[in-house]
Amino acid sequence: MEARGGKQDMEQQKLHTAACLKAFMLTNSTKTNLNLYDHLTRLLMRLMDERPPDAVDVIEDMSRDVKRALFVERQSTLRAAPHTAATQRLAERQRLLFTRGEEGDQEDELVATADTPALPNVSEVGFYLEQAGVGLGREEMQRIFLALKQLVESQPLQHCRLWGKILGIESNYVIAEAEYREGEEEEEQSTEETAEEEREAETRDDEEESEAKESNPLPQSTYKPPPVVPKEANRTGVNKFVYYVCKEPGLPWVKLPSVTPAQITAARQIRKFFTGRLDAPIASYPPFPGNEANYLRAQIARISAGTHVSPQGFYQFGEEEGDEEEAIPRDSYEVNPDFEGIPVPEMVESLSTWVHHVQHILQQGRCTWVNLAAKPEEESYEEGDAEEKEEEPDEPEPEVGPSLLTPLSEDAELFHTPPWSTRISSTLTSQYAVAVLRSNLWPGAHAYVCGKKFENIYIGWGLKFAGDSYNPSVPPVPQKEYPSGPEITEALDPTLEEEEMLNAALEEQQAAQEELDDMDEEEEEGDDD
Amino acid sequence: MDSNSLYYSLDLVAGSGYTFTAEQRAALQTSLIILRQNYNFNRVMLWGKIFGINADYFIVQGRGEDELKDKKNLYSFNCVDWFLLPPATDAMIEEVSKAAQGRFMGDPSFKYEHVETHRQGGEAEAAEEEDEVTIKVSEEERLVVTIHQIDREVSVVPRGAFIKSHGLIQTNRSFNGLSHSEAGKLHNFLHFTEPKNLKKKSILEMAYLDPSIDFLDPLSDDTPKGSWSLQFECGSNVCVLRSLLWLGLTFYHVPMAPQHGYIYMGDGTKNLDLPFML
Repeated sequence: MEARGGKQDMEQQKLHTAACLKAFMLTNSTKTNLNLYDHLTRLLMRLMDERPPDAVDVIEDMSRDVKRALFVERQSTLRAAPHTAATQRLAERQRLLFTRGEEGDQEDELVATADTPALPNVSEVGFYLEQAGVGLGREEMQRIFLALKQLVESQPLQHCRLWGKILGIESNYVIAEAEYREGEEEEEQSTEETAEEEREAETRDDEEESEAKESNPLPQSTYKPPPVVPKEANRTGVNKFVYYVCKEPGLPWVKLPSVTPAQITAARQIRKFFTGRLDAPIASYPPFPGNEANYLRAQIARISAGTHVSPQGFYQFGEEEGDEEEAIPRDSYEVNPDFEGIPVPEMVESLSTWVHHVQHILQQGRCTWVNLAAKPEEESYEEGDAEEKEEEPDEPEPEVGPSLLTPLSEDAELFHTPPWSTRISSTLTSQYAVAVLRSNLWPGAHAYVCGKKFENIYIGWGLKFAGDSYNPSVPPVPQKEYPSGPEITEALDPTLEEEEMLNAALEEQQAAQEELDDMDEEEEEGDDD
Repeated sequence: MDSNSLYYSLDLVAGSGYTFTAEQRAALQTSLIILRQNYNFNRVMLWGKIFGINADYFIVQGRGEDELKDKKNLYSFNCVDWFLLPPATDAMIEEVSKAAQGRFMGDPSFKYEHVETHRQGGEAEAAEEEDEVTIKVSEEERLVVTIHQIDREVSVVPRGAFIKSHGLIQTNRSFNGLSHSEAGKLHNFLHFTEPKNLKKKSILEMAYLDPSIDFLDPLSDDTPKGSWSLQFECGSNVCVLRSLLWLGLTFYHVPMAPQHGYIYMGDGTKNLDLPFML
């Protein structure tokens, strides 16, 4: 019994020891939170799986490997790079383009489309432009399409089209041309502007008055500023349309201010890249009145006037309002309802089948000439428009430019370069090709026509072809210096000795004067120098 | 840009306004395979197009084993029939720069003429001693020189896309693209042409350069400063560089991806007014 009991004891003791050892092996390490028991189990399991030759030699390495495999990378200690923010922000803005508007809006839009198509079919335009080898890529076109839709929904526009894109150094401008519905002119802006002008005028008056009030020691300037050419009213001339720009489709549309004649004449004389910031100043000579938004607007007006063309017969002059395709009565022409389209080969062959449908901008900077009482627009004539003059020699008098709907064949050459090049989009399947017109004076301006459909677009840097080299205008001769004389010449201060000598002399003189008190001496003052 | 990547790369550079019509793309896909076989090129790059008054030149560049030196240019009017252009020589460059002015006409045999008067002798008898030399240059020569100059002045590759090993310049197969932040910096883009300024750098600057990658001039050394426009386009996913010196040159690079390339689509005239325009 004893022996059995002792044996049992020993058994129990062994089991106890084994349990103790197992418990010891199961205790987690304070450093790594692992325990030896699990580790050995994993190691042996791996040994059984892999059965490496000479296992005893590599057991340490395997042990280390097993330990290493336990480490799981939970999260990177590095933060995500910040660039994702810009991409993401843009993506979130653009996501709004892909949401459907409210139900009511949709119905409104349907009604609108039935009546007047405010939103152009940009994807169709994009298709034809691709035939012409021009375009912004299909996806980008689609985004612009959606952005235009957003614009049409948010503004009371009667008509809107994609005008084009102007490239800038830091970012680009996507430009939409729009026309407000009748009576929904943005009154605020115009009133604001007039108020500004009035304020300017007032301040000018104030200055003059205050100058007049002073005792007037300074000579008056004989310079009189040339009379300011008045701005054309909205819906006429260069301000016929309003323009909206955005940097990327999805970002907010910004309305450009209307353009003044002074801005157009200044824009003709300078040659600057766009930066891509609307509020950037224009550092140039001659100085440009306004910031980049004004410069952009002026260039848009010039490009439109120079390069917007349509097939002959699409528009006609007339009093009646034909409204088959576009119910918008334009200023002085309207859509010809009987227009049948000109065959494409003919459009490619001859420039006389294309006509300008935007009014020519006169050298005054306006489309309609205004008589400035005393000096009719000489200031712009002599300084600036050598370039324009060469371009349009068929515009001899400043009062009249070529009339609307003048064929392109009457456009003049500039720098021995014909102003237009024509192409056919495909020579292999010419029966379905479109006719393409490319401007050589405004590189980037294109027009296509296919049957009754035509469109103009400008994609480029917003700069006119300037021949072999551009000559910036030289600053005027500096004014003459004020004639140098003793009254404005600086003299040396007298030293102490000189002053003392002078004082001594004065005292002597005073003494002498006291002696000769009947006589008045005038030389004293002469010595004072 | 590599002719194998035309499926997507033309869309990435379309932001400049020009693209290829579907017909031209299809024609290129077909004709460039044949061209590569016939001329035994390693790869064929679509170099771009130059707009003429009456016709447009399409230009491709075949590359041999050495990407920088083994270059051959070919032009075409219809993207199908290609004509080999001779290499540019110094004499040709000089003549063209004197004679060729204005826009391309679109006729390779068109002759540009320039009358140059050399003066000999003293000023007194200048009138008698004037010697008139007429320089005649064909438009094909002008095309050669223009392509050469554009390649020389504004061809762009991202840093690391090409490596120099044993004197040969080859594409770097392990190039995985610049990161977004790297792609926003001009010094990570290099001129793909014989370096001009690299040897003038100080030892301190050279110390950071890796000779197998940095064997080209970076764009950030160009004069005038600001002759490049660097933007992110296509939802700010693609880095696009436009040269303001040669208006029409567009380079794209997709960050974190090996895709990159440049194309010239313009009228083939250098923007000499650049200093006034910035």
